[in-house]
Amino acid sequence: MQSTMQIDADVLPALARGCSVLGAGGGGDVYTGLLAATQAIQTHGPVAAVDLDELPDDGLVMPCGYIGAPTVSIEKLGSAMEGKWLKAGLERRLDGQVVALMPAEIGGSNGLQPIGWAASLRLPVTDADGMGRAFPEVPQVTMEIAGVDPAPSVLTDERGNHLTIEARDGRWMERIARTLSVEFGGRAASTEYVMTVAQAREATARGTVTLATRIGKAMLEADEPIEALAAELALRRLIEGKVVDVERRVTGGFVRGAAVVEGLRHDAGRLMRLEIQNENLVALEDGVVRAMVPDIIAVLDTHTGAPVHTERLRYGQRVTCVAFPCDPIWRTPRGIELAGPRAFGYEFDYIPIEELQ
Amino acid sequence: MSDLRLGIDVGGTNVDAVIMDADDRLLAKTKQLTTADVTGGIDAALQAVLQAPGIDRARITHVMLGTTHATNAVIERRNLNRVAVVRIGAPSTTAIRPLFTWPDDLRRAVSAGETIIGGGIEFDGREIVPLDVDGLRRFLAPLAGTIDGVALTSVFASVSERHELEAEQIVHEELGEDVHVSLSHEIGSLGILERENATVLNSALVAVAAEVSSALDSALRSQGLDAATFFAQNDGTLMAIDYALRYPVLTIGSGPANSIRGAAFLSGAQEALVADVGGTSTDVGVLVNGFPRESSAAVEIGGIRTNFRMPDLVAIAVGGGSVLTGSDGAVTVGPRSVAHGLTERALVFGGDVPTLTDAAVADGRAAIGTRAPPDGLRSLLAAGLRRAEQSFAEAVDMIKTARGDRPLIVVGGGGVLVPERVPGVSELIRPEHHDVANAVGAAIASVSAQVDRVFQFGAGGRAAAVDEATRLAREQAVRAGARADEVEIVEVEELPLAYLNVPAVRMRVKAAGPLSSV
Repeated sequence: MQSTMQIDADVLPALARGCSVLGAGGGGDVYTGLLAATQAIQTHGPVAAVDLDELPDDGLVMPCGYIGAPTVSIEKLGSAMEGKWLKAGLERRLDGQVVALMPAEIGGSNGLQPIGWAASLRLPVTDADGMGRAFPEVPQVTMEIAGVDPAPSVLTDERGNHLTIEARDGRWMERIARTLSVEFGGRAASTEYVMTVAQAREATARGTVTLATRIGKAMLEADEPIEALAAELALRRLIEGKVVDVERRVTGGFVRGAAVVEGLRHDAGRLMRLEIQNENLVALEDGVVRAMVPDIIAVLDTHTGAPVHTERLRYGQRVTCVAFPCDPIWRTPRGIELAGPRAFGYEFDYIPIEELQ
Repeated sequence: MSDLRLGIDVGGTNVDAVIMDADDRLLAKTKQLTTADVTGGIDAALQAVLQAPGIDRARITHVMLGTTHATNAVIERRNLNRVAVVRIGAPSTTAIRPLFTWPDDLRRAVSAGETIIGGGIEFDGREIVPLDVDGLRRFLAPLAGTIDGVALTSVFASVSERHELEAEQIVHEELGEDVHVSLSHEIGSLGILERENATVLNSALVAVAAEVSSALDSALRSQGLDAATFFAQNDGTLMAIDYALRYPVLTIGSGPANSIRGAAFLSGAQEALVADVGGTSTDVGVLVNGFPRESSAAVEIGGIRTNFRMPDLVAIAVGGGSVLTGSDGAVTVGPRSVAHGLTERALVFGGDVPTLTDAAVADGRAAIGTRAPPDGLRSLLAAGLRRAEQSFAEAVDMIKTARGDRPLIVVGGGGVLVPERVPGVSELIRPEHHDVANAVGAAIASVSAQVDRVFQFGAGGRAAAVDEATRLAREQAVRAGARADEVEIVEVEELPLAYLNVPAVRMRVKAAGPLSSV
């Protein structure tokens, strides 16, 4: 078996930066995920990120990550055993063996957590994930688009309490998982939408682990990180300016709100409004949509290129807003239904970023 | 009469000292160069300020010191205590071990061993698992006699400190009453790694604080002073000396907070922006309700990420000694500075390095030096000044949290560099004695305490949680030396926890009051 890429401790900062960009403003801070993965790799050795074509058709792929409150994650760092318990729970229930772990969500901290778990299991991760970005809800994954059953799913805490759930669909899994994660202490590690490698080839955002690493590396090594990002992606620069207004409120467990960026330099005189629900959803200028979900909208610090999390947006920050295409699987009718603008309450249809002015 | 206070601020370049009376009038001030041993500069400043005409040293009752001793000790890895590092957090935190991000040399200098024992608290106050008392004893037993202190950090100590308190008892049973114990719930806020780092640093700095305290005492005695001593802390308030000996890490970074508080006092403003213009850099901060607004981002001390209560600052590498390079079409200001060398290397002192001070003289804003800047460089100097003014304006704008013009108080030796009109500024205030604003800030400081923890709404709902948080903050302020009857709540911040379907909120409450014995 030939691996696509070897993830050693030196690669992780680049991967973390890439995960942060792909988080589209959400997905949680990558810092603790980065440290946990670093410790796991220093202890157990590097992790291979392999293309799905190089794995056996009938092997099982285990999508995994954390669900729950980011505030809990900065206190409860995890036991590093979560991956083992998830895998054991799945294999008790299913015939077959897990041959690779997969980040359920490449965007934000969940892009990194499975790397550490894979190191301790001495398994590879897939060079693929279930979103190609970050999204707030369990069923907003590419596997749902492809019709993969979310059951059986396994939830575990860091003590080793773990249970297998047969939810009838992704929505129920979401409800059950949220309630259980509170009982577990505000957060749970989970796996859902387990599938065979053959299924995963059609049901995932592929190449995203290497993509995150490549864009992260380019940005960290460049003097002009946003230029470097533009060289790696079909990047649309929405506006360069400063944040002049931020409104934020927490409803139903989600951070909702908006930020206004006023143009500077060559964008002087322009105003861009970003609407937020944990992630950046829509960018509007004079009432005209300039970018929208599921395409990725990222807010980057103009000087350092560091992505600015929606929870950290603040008046006066010098930022450059950029957008780039989501994984093509989101552009299918079912993908747009799950994560297009109407799924977030907007009354307009999805138009790909490439076709917008 | 006994009614005078002496404030001292130790900075990277200068030690400033002031004497103020009961009506907060400034009676004397001095600026002395900082010495390598720090203490020498403090002695010199004390001596100079006490020799000012009309100062009766017998009237001095309080001495307030803001110093860089602790910062320097961490950066130079000097005089640090040996600390046993105990995290109460297995299995919920074992994915990242204690001190994981510390530079090796600092870890070797400080740590006598690290462990993660069973225990910890959930965000809602339940036990994650019971405290592993036997495991703690097994870890401590072989360390008896070899360490100076123990740093204890429990998961969600800010929700409940009970595992830390229980563990503290065991430490004293195993190692005796004399071993210093630092408890994370008394030092940091949410974020276990940053809080643990701060707690370990605190333990490591206990000897440094004791040394500064005794050096200050003997300096005061040799000057014939018999005054109560206080340390300035990083949020612009004071700690009584016994409190500082227990929480030395909180003395780190008191300088910016002191200058913002000093600016508030000298100008009389409660809500304003503050620019402290030094020789190498300028810090722009925000005064909210008379206190510096605090940063929400992680603060690094000697390469260690912590979650201290530091003022929110925008720092730019622009100051009086900043060197101008390039041509007048494309001039660059700083980050290099001639710093102490200004009086030899700047053009107006006969040197050959164009600096912002030269630009200010050429512009007619300042009248210092021994000669006029050469005509041939005037357009470069003018362009440099314009560039610096743009940087000030940008820094001022970045620190604001909302649109609208705000007053700007300018303090520090390089204040003339700030022009009379700055975009986004409603009024420019240049208070008298602005050059010693930081020592004034130390002299007039009040005592404060902060509570930062997660509350779940119980039977009393939100109101009960707010009551509990404010009560705790008041109690802590009084313990730190504030007058019980004059403690006020100066800040309440609530952050709901996302992604949870039970109502829980992270609450930060700060209480402050005047010194109990002034």
